[in-house]
Amino acid sequence: MTEPLMKLRGLTKAYPGVIANSDVSFNISKGEVHALLGENGAGKSTLVKTIYGLVKPDSGTMTLDGIPFNPAEPRAARTAGITMVFQHFSLFEALDVAENVALGMENPPPMRDLAQRITDVSKTYGLPLDPTRIVGDLSAGERQRVEIIRCLLQDPKILIMDEPTSVLTPQEVEVLFETLRKLKAEGTAILYISHKLEEIRALCDQATVLRLGKVVGSCTPSETSAREMAELMVGGTLHVPNREAGVVGKTLMQIKGLSAQSPADFGTSLKNVTLDIRAGDVIGIGGVAGNGQDELLGALSGEIKVGHGQISFLGQDIGHLPPDARRALGICAAPEERMGHAAAPDMSLTENAALTARKLKGLTKNGFIDWGKTRTFAKEVIERFDVRTPGPGSAARSLSGGNLQKFVIGREILQNPQILIVNQPTWGVDASAAAVIRQALLDLAANGAGVIVISQDLDEIMEISDLFAALNVGRLSKPRPAKGLTIDEIGLMLGGAHDMEVSHVD
Amino acid sequence: MHNLYDNSIAGAAMIKLEKRPQPSQFWSLAAPIVAVMLTMIFGAALFAALGKPPIEALGKIFWEPLFGEFNFFYLPQLLIKGAPLVAIALGLSLGFKAGVWNIGAEGQYIIGALCGAGVALALYPMEARWLIFPAMLIAGAFGGFAWAMIPGLLRVKFGTNEILVSLMLVYVAEQLLASMALGLMKNPDGFGFPGSRNLSQYSSASSWIDQSNGMHWGVVIALIGVIFAYTLFAKHILGFQIKLAGQAPRAAAFSGVSPARLVLFCLGTSGALAGLAGLTEVAGPAGLVSIDFNVGYGFTAIIVAFLGRLHPVGILFAGALMALTYIGGDVAQSSLGLPGAAIQVFQGMLLFFLLGVDVLTNYRVSMKQGSVA
Ligand SMILES: Nc1ncnc2c1ncn2[C@@H]1O[C@H](COP(=O)(O)OP(=O)(O)OP(=O)(O)O)[C@@H](O)[C@H]1O
Ligand SMILES: [Mg+2]
Repeated sequence: MTEPLMKLRGLTKAYPGVIANSDVSFNISKGEVHALLGENGAGKSTLVKTIYGLVKPDSGTMTLDGIPFNPAEPRAARTAGITMVFQHFSLFEALDVAENVALGMENPPPMRDLAQRITDVSKTYGLPLDPTRIVGDLSAGERQRVEIIRCLLQDPKILIMDEPTSVLTPQEVEVLFETLRKLKAEGTAILYISHKLEEIRALCDQATVLRLGKVVGSCTPSETSAREMAELMVGGTLHVPNREAGVVGKTLMQIKGLSAQSPADFGTSLKNVTLDIRAGDVIGIGGVAGNGQDELLGALSGEIKVGHGQISFLGQDIGHLPPDARRALGICAAPEERMGHAAAPDMSLTENAALTARKLKGLTKNGFIDWGKTRTFAKEVIERFDVRTPGPGSAARSLSGGNLQKFVIGREILQNPQILIVNQPTWGVDASAAAVIRQALLDLAANGAGVIVISQDLDEIMEISDLFAALNVGRLSKPRPAKGLTIDEIGLMLGGAHDMEVSHVD
Repeated sequence: MHNLYDNSIAGAAMIKLEKRPQPSQFWSLAAPIVAVMLTMIFGAALFAALGKPPIEALGKIFWEPLFGEFNFFYLPQLLIKGAPLVAIALGLSLGFKAGVWNIGAEGQYIIGALCGAGVALALYPMEARWLIFPAMLIAGAFGGFAWAMIPGLLRVKFGTNEILVSLMLVYVAEQLLASMALGLMKNPDGFGFPGSRNLSQYSSASSWIDQSNGMHWGVVIALIGVIFAYTLFAKHILGFQIKLAGQAPRAAAFSGVSPARLVLFCLGTSGALAGLAGLTEVAGPAGLVSIDFNVGYGFTAIIVAFLGRLHPVGILFAGALMALTYIGGDVAQSSLGLPGAAIQVFQGMLLFFLLGVDVLTNYRVSMKQGSVA
């Protein structure tokens, strides 16, 4: 066997109250796609940030090509041939592709050469991308390509991807995998983090499993079942959500001819959306991100005001009501973006509990906040949804991505709303926690609430919904019973207009 | 745009700032103290460079007014100068926390004084203090409120920048003040001298409670304001929403905070407080409406608000400290011949160092071994 490309030995990193990485050692070989598996908060992001020079380990060593490697900052890591694609894109919407690529490079070549090189790289690796397009007009998958191409232009030895597929359509995932396989064939090593175990089975050669910051095992994904991997991560057996045959009750909310302008510059306006939500319903809304999901959630949560008669709840017109007045009626929502939208990053979890729960949980009296009660509620969310954190006093930004997601969703579910609208409820959440969240959504519906699940994850939608509808350029298809829908039918409902070819002609 | 690769700012080759996961409790309290000490050190150096005895100059500024031979004269001055600074800074801090930048408190202070004084002058020489003084308070608060509503409504309705509008309105207010002092409000018995009747000597209108101790209604208002603001931020949903809107505007909108209402509330409250400060000043320490009635409290209060970390109790201390540098500065000026500009540089240093040291609250300084590839 040849000398590994990168060796990690005894990497340890502690944060106040948690050990994010503890004595982590493993090797990455040339041309290997190496998966990093683990529950939320297991320490995956921390580990790759260490390799990328964003986090300084407390102890432990790394070597690259046999030479000691301890990058002081990302620039040093990039110079040494390590690049990273973050899950949250760092792109300027108003600039074009080439400009965005240049902004992230150490020594960008002149613009004309750069545009040429972008086109070359995008051809070589099968990543269709026009360097002159404005990023604001691109789909999530295309935006990710901008980031990937930026990495590829630097001839990386190791490409790190932290949950790259959570925002992609199945077709986009296929395109990405083709590219990654090409890179691998050229000898680039890829360090790949994902909670989607089937993807890992299809793509990765090796997997290292982390639990509570420690390496607890490794496996060859193609020879291991998804369930086995999940159980390796959890160290126990996996619970699969089960749906009790619920009784569908009266209509709670009616959306009639809902049209709303998107407040965002590059957003999609809603056009004539019509939907009835009955007690006990779980309605899954599928579609590619950027087709009006954020706007639909905003219109229902009250962040976007809509015209008279477009949304009513138990016969009462509520389109003009602000979010807190809707919550008081029992209508809760959890938006997709957890940092800065669903939660305030610099505030504690207790304060973040007050952010939405004060009406239904009675956390204020005459406008005065009962902080004791609020803390108790935050603790309840943390316990019920197994949020890994030292306590309710921690700032939201100190939580791992999936753990904050659990908190945000848990906060809404535990308010026992009559209507709950969630967007990407299990985004970045590990398999067992995702099961807990889905089960909680089902229980809520079984107790007579109406639940709308907006998600790009078709498996998730099919697993929990009674009705399925597709959102497409701001229009919602007629909902159909989810049971018995075939993949082809779903594809037709999604409009079929959203595969790769069409999305970049435009 | 966030997190473009690094959460850290690379400083000089060896020193690096790392963002702290949580703001440091220790540094948020220690920063003002360290800033005051640094100001003293560099201030002393400045005084020495000007050829004045540095320690003695610091003594004149910080010691003399509090514990010196003539402190019976200076201590009341501390209340008189501190009260408007604290009252105005409290109001400003609401907006500053929410990202609403009222820079024109000076103008609201003037208009508050004019409205309150207008009521008193119109009713002169009526004897009903129970009616006149409360009416003046209301008019003063309303004047400041209304003047602040101009940038508020313009921002809410047309998206104008409240910094510019509120600042320009200071100059408008100053013109108005001059025209009042020379025209409508001029003392008819004043032998042609500019300036209104003396309100502090008009018993129904005077804001003095105990003049020999410097106690007037402005001090009371400032103290009540501190308690109010403290409760607002510690316990009330409105204080929470103000903080939220400043830190995470999208989360605030999601939570149900109406940005327009918040802008109007912050501007209105800070305007009303500045107006009250102006009114209690004109009816007390200043005594009359004159061309040079305003002395810049509205601008200095901006420094006070930040020096006090936008925290009500902090602002109380910061206001006292600022008042002390004013009074002590005068002492040093008259007894040591320190130029007035040196005192202003000294006050400027205070803000400069505070903002500098403040970085430590959110960032950690780390020394790198310098093994950058
Ligand atoms: N800046 C920080 N300050 C304090 N604690 C932190 C910080 N960053 C991470 N942690 C903690 O370290 C642990 C590991 O976090 P990390 O982000 O590496 O998890 P992860 O495996 O990427 O999880 P996820 O799948 O949810 O993204 C968590 O308990 C998290 O709360
Ligand atoms: Mg992570």
